[in-house]
Formats: sequence, structure tokens, C-alpha cells
Amino acid sequence: MVAIRAENLGKQYRLGRLASYRTFRESIRRWVAAPVRRIFSARSDRRSPISGQTIWALRDVSFEVDRGEVFGIIGHNGAGKSTLLRILSRITIPTTGRARIHGRVGTLLEVGTGFHPELTGRENIFFNGAILGMTRAEITRKFDRIVDFSGVEEFLDTPVKRYSSGMWVRLAFAVAAHLEPENLLVDEVLAVGDIEFQKKCLGKMSDVAKGGRTILFTSHNMGAVSRLCQRTLVLRGGHPAFLGPTHEAVAYYVGSGARGVSGRADLRQAPRWPEAKLPILTSISTHRPDGSPASAFAAGDAMLIRVGCRLDRDMSAYCQVTVSDQTGERLVTLRSTHAGSPLELPAGEGAIECRVDDLRLLSGEYTLSVEIGSLSGVAQCLDSVSEALRIYVHLGNYLGGADVPRGQGWFAQRSAWNWRPPVENGADGEAEP
Amino acid sequence: MTDQPPKSCDPTGKESGPRQEGRVGEADGSRLTLIESRATWRTLDLAELWRYRELLYFFAWRHIKVRYKQTELGAAWAVIQPLVTTGVFAMLFGLLMAGHEPTIPEVPYVVSTFCAMLAWQLFAESLARSGDSLIDAQHLITKVYFPLVLLPLSAVMTALVDFAIAAAVLAGMIVWCGIAPTWTVLAFPLFVLLAVATSLAVGLWLAALSAVYRDFRFVRPFLIALGMYVSPVIYTTASLRPKLPDWALLVYGLNPMAGVIEGFRWALFAKAEPPWPVLVPSVLTAAAVLLGGLRFFHRMERTIVDVI
Repeated sequence: MVAIRAENLGKQYRLGRLASYRTFRESIRRWVAAPVRRIFSARSDRRSPISGQTIWALRDVSFEVDRGEVFGIIGHNGAGKSTLLRILSRITIPTTGRARIHGRVGTLLEVGTGFHPELTGRENIFFNGAILGMTRAEITRKFDRIVDFSGVEEFLDTPVKRYSSGMWVRLAFAVAAHLEPENLLVDEVLAVGDIEFQKKCLGKMSDVAKGGRTILFTSHNMGAVSRLCQRTLVLRGGHPAFLGPTHEAVAYYVGSGARGVSGRADLRQAPRWPEAKLPILTSISTHRPDGSPASAFAAGDAMLIRVGCRLDRDMSAYCQVTVSDQTGERLVTLRSTHAGSPLELPAGEGAIECRVDDLRLLSGEYTLSVEIGSLSGVAQCLDSVSEALRIYVHLGNYLGGADVPRGQGWFAQRSAWNWRPPVENGADGEAEP
Repeated sequence: MTDQPPKSCDPTGKESGPRQEGRVGEADGSRLTLIESRATWRTLDLAELWRYRELLYFFAWRHIKVRYKQTELGAAWAVIQPLVTTGVFAMLFGLLMAGHEPTIPEVPYVVSTFCAMLAWQLFAESLARSGDSLIDAQHLITKVYFPLVLLPLSAVMTALVDFAIAAAVLAGMIVWCGIAPTWTVLAFPLFVLLAVATSLAVGLWLAALSAVYRDFRFVRPFLIALGMYVSPVIYTTASLRPKLPDWALLVYGLNPMAGVIEGFRWALFAKAEPPWPVLVPSVLTAAAVLLGGLRFFHRMERTIVDVI
């Protein structure tokens, strides 16, 4: 049964001065001038945008979501994800198209909507619950579970202005997690809190999904989308770019959708290691083996990293690129000395190139930190920029099309498997345990 | 995956199909939400408002909680404000026109004016609160859906709580002065209702206008201050009557608060005829402003989130 059906949804915004609220004075002036303008632009209503003044944040988006399905929506910032959720949750109205939703709709565009610092935790649970659409009876019934989930029971009667931000988020999410409408629209709420808490939230989301509720989930976190969603819609520039099974959608997004990210960062003005002697590093960029710039790679692909630098003298040097995941955990360090010999760099501008033959990262977003140093005498770091560049990796078919949840490891490692019948005098008989 | 047969789609969303399986939380699981680009013609969706009645209560409750936490005086503030204002005018008029203050015969000026001041405070409080209600709640209305009309409505409800507290003081004052109420006191709730309707009517306009036109919030205090003098708060309509022609009185009655205040005085003191000449135009204006306000608010509601 179809739970949510969207047909040609579109949303047009006005740009510039008109985008914001108006002043009364200005309106009176416009109102006086309006009859004249109307004659000239009689038919230029919402279907034909006045060029330069309007922008389509969302255009011609149609899809159907079955009851009990977890439906993902991915796309870059400004791709229209939030606009779509806002339309479906009736916060704003579409300019074109229509949608039907069967059953109650709950919206989670942020956690802690309506929290008031002066009110106690207990009072905020009730108000926040009510604003999210729970009835008082429902909140009372779930109150103990909410408090348990949040883990702030000792501070229930303390105004939340005295809470740490962590406690605040926990309490807020605890309320949100107990919202149980038939349709749940969730936007990036998992992007808050520490990793432990994020895990708890993801777990709660899967529970909710298993309970037969329909969930629309937008996120930047490809791992979460891959784990939770059956089908996913990719939005690009407000247009639907791809709609299909999640692993295909993520592959599409990572492969082509990420083209918007340049795969290059200028480091000359970047915040750097405070003890840097000289701003040697000028840029960092990632490329495909043929040299074309790229920011998204499939596991198993080859990746070229180019580190631009400018030296004031010839130098025997090392260069190092560290790959970290979204939580800042360092996964691997690529260092020129691993190749055996120091880099002999001439004075002047140039780029150091590092080639990784088979990228063995899991799906997700990674940051590259770069460091350069001298090897004359004692190895000494000269310049370093953390989180200099971001890359996206998708597992693709590297592991037979399966995704590996982060809980199961950090790397993609291929392995071959076969069944070996017992052999009397086989060549590797001694390998038996 | 639930294999429910498709429910028939009733666009009013009020279909009361059988309860779905236990896992569906509350009430009507078969509710249908229609999202369309076209404006709906219904000005006020009463069924929806009824569904959100608890949230309305929570809004008012939160206002009151927060205010009492932020002010030491709390409930006393609701009384002190009109009491002090009344006291100042009583002193002023006492000095200027001792014995001839514009009041109702046999009712002390202080009591008559305090009674009017309560109605005015209810109105002014409602306006101040509902005027800012949309802007203050912009972090809410851009994150979650609810009928926006709840905001001005809860502003009026909050003002009504203050009014109730102050009304208790007024009751004490009336008893203390030995004024015996007559049957007309039964009409008092009707006039409170009229006051609430008037406050909501103007509040709806101000809320929508202030959200869309930001400079409107500077107009508001001026309107409220001026309004008190063109309403029979510190004087009675009867005291104007000898000085004004009949048509002017009718025009005066177009101010809906004139009818409310004279209605209050009549219901509590019953020292004169029912104030028909001001009451009739007042009720008519209040109704017109309320309907217009609902309509205007509804139109603005659809786009307010995009501009706020």
C-alpha cells in the first residue's frame, strides 16, 4: 500500500531583496505600483519564473513510498532535500504539484524543537513531545522510557539551561525517538552527538523501521542511508537525478553526484599547524589515474593525490597524507618514506604526486590531512594542514556489492573463500588446524 | 510490511476507519494528508484545530511557566500593572475634577476605571503577545507543522489567565465597596467572550502583519497606547454623550473595545441602560475584523514560513 505519493512537487523561492520579509512602507509603494505592473506581467504567475528573481529549490519531484518502507533522500547541500521534507511535513506549501500522505505524519527536522532553557527537563519533554505531535496521554505513557533513553533522570527538574550540550541533545533525541507516527520524516538529526549516541540513534531508527512505519530519511551519511533505506532518491539542484535501490543510488551519488565537489583545495590561506616554519603547502587535489580531477572514488580504484608546494631551496623531504573518517579517527597514513627513499625536491613551485593503487576504504566520507617536512639531518615537520580535503568513497562492487557496516571493521579487504573437502595427502594438508 | 486494504480517501481527512493494528499509536491512523499548491478556501479548519487543542494548551502553559520563572512577582504582576495605572488616573482626575470624575453614578471612579482597565489590559496584552507570536516562534514554525493560528490564540489565552487573576481582585473591590450585583452580572461572561473575540481579531491582523512587515512592530505600541484614549477606559461613554452628536457616538462605537468596556461596566454595575448605541456597532466591527483577520491570517500563513 502506498503511504506517501508525491506528484511533480516543486518549490520556487524568490531571491534577493524579496526573499526576506518586507517593510510596510515598501509594500505600500509596491501596492500602489502594482496595477501598472500587473498589466504587463499578467500571466507571469508561478509557473513561469521571473528570471533572476526566483529560483526553483525543487522541481518535478515524484515518487511513491510504500507503507513500512524506509526511503532515503540524498543530495548535496542545497539539492532540495530539506525543502522536500518541509513540503511533505506541511511546513511550507509547494509551488507546483501535490502529495498525499496516509496516516499521521511526524517531522524531525532537528532535535529539541521548542526546548525552552528556562523550563526543566520534565517540562521540556512534555512541550517538545506536544509540538512533535504527541498527545499528553501518549507522553505520560512513554515518559519513563523517554527518561531512561536519555539518561538524565537526575536532572529532570533542573532547567535545561544548566544542562551540558550533550545532555541537552540526549534528552531532545529521547523525546524524538519515541515519536511513533505512521510516517516519520527525518532530516540529518543523526548528525548530532558523539559516535556512541549516533549509533544508539541509528539503532532506534532501524527499530522504528522494523515496526512497520514509513520513514523518509535524508542524510549526508552514506553509511546510515545504506544500512537503513531500501530505496533512495538522489536530488541534484532540486531535480530528481536518480531513484532506485539504495546501493545503486549511493553509487550514483558518489560517482557522479559528488562532481560538485572539486577534489581540490587551495591551502595557501588554510589554517595550518601553528608551528609551521613556512607556508610550503599550496594545494592538495585528488585525481583519477588519468589525471582527471575527482573527489569520489570506488573502492579498488586507483587514486592520485597531488600535493602542491613551493620551496625556497632544494630539499630532501618527506610528504605524508593521513586519511581520517568523519569522526576524526585516523585510518591510514601514506608517507613518502614508505616507498624507501626520500623525496628530492627542487626549489620553486611544483607538486608531489602520490599514487594509491587500490583504495581499500569502506563507503563514506573521508578527510585528508597533509604534512611536509625536511629529512636533512633529523626529520622535521615544516608545514601541515589538517582536514585539507574531503573525498568520498563508495564500496561499489569491490566486495561483491555488499556494504560493510562500520561496526564490522575499518577497511575493505577482499577475500577468497571455498570449501575444501578433507584430503588424505593434499599439498596443504599441514595447514589444517 | 502491512497488507492493509487501501482505505478510501476522504479529502476532509476525517474518515473514521477501523483502528489499524496495535502498533499504530493514537487515534485515526487512516488520516489522509493532502498537500497542494492551491489555496484551500476554508479559512479555519476547526477539525484540525480540535486535534491540536492540546498543543494550544501547551503553548499557553509554556508562556505562563516561563514568565513566572523569569519574574519574581509572577502572578502579582497581572494585578499590579492595571492597579497602578488605575491609581495614577484616579489621583489625576481626583485632583483635576474632584467630585466630578467621569464615572458611573454611585460607583467610585477607581472601581469603574479598574474594571475598564482589566478589559483594556486583556486586549493590550493579547495584542502585544500575538503581535510578536509568529516572529518569536520562527524557530518552531520553520521546523515543525502546526496550525499557526494557535500562536495568536495562545497569546490571547495567556492574557486571559492574567485577566482572571486581576478579575478576582476586582471582585474583592466590588464587594468591599458594597456594590450589590444584579442579574446583569450573568451577561459578564458574554462580554468576556466579546473581549476575547476582539483581542483575537486584532491580534490575528497584527501577528500576520508584524511577521510579514517587520516595521509593523514599531507601529504596534503606538496603536495600543493611542487605543486606550479612544476607548472609554479612563472615562465613560456616558460622560461623552452630552458633548457629542448621536452619529459621532455611533462612530465611536465602531471601536470594538468601546462596546466591550461599556458592556463590562453595565454587567457589573447595571447603573444605566444597556449600552446599545455603542454595543451594536462594536459587535459588528468585532465580527468583521475577526472574519477578515482569519482570512488574512490564513492567506499569510501559507507563505509566512518562506519569508520569516
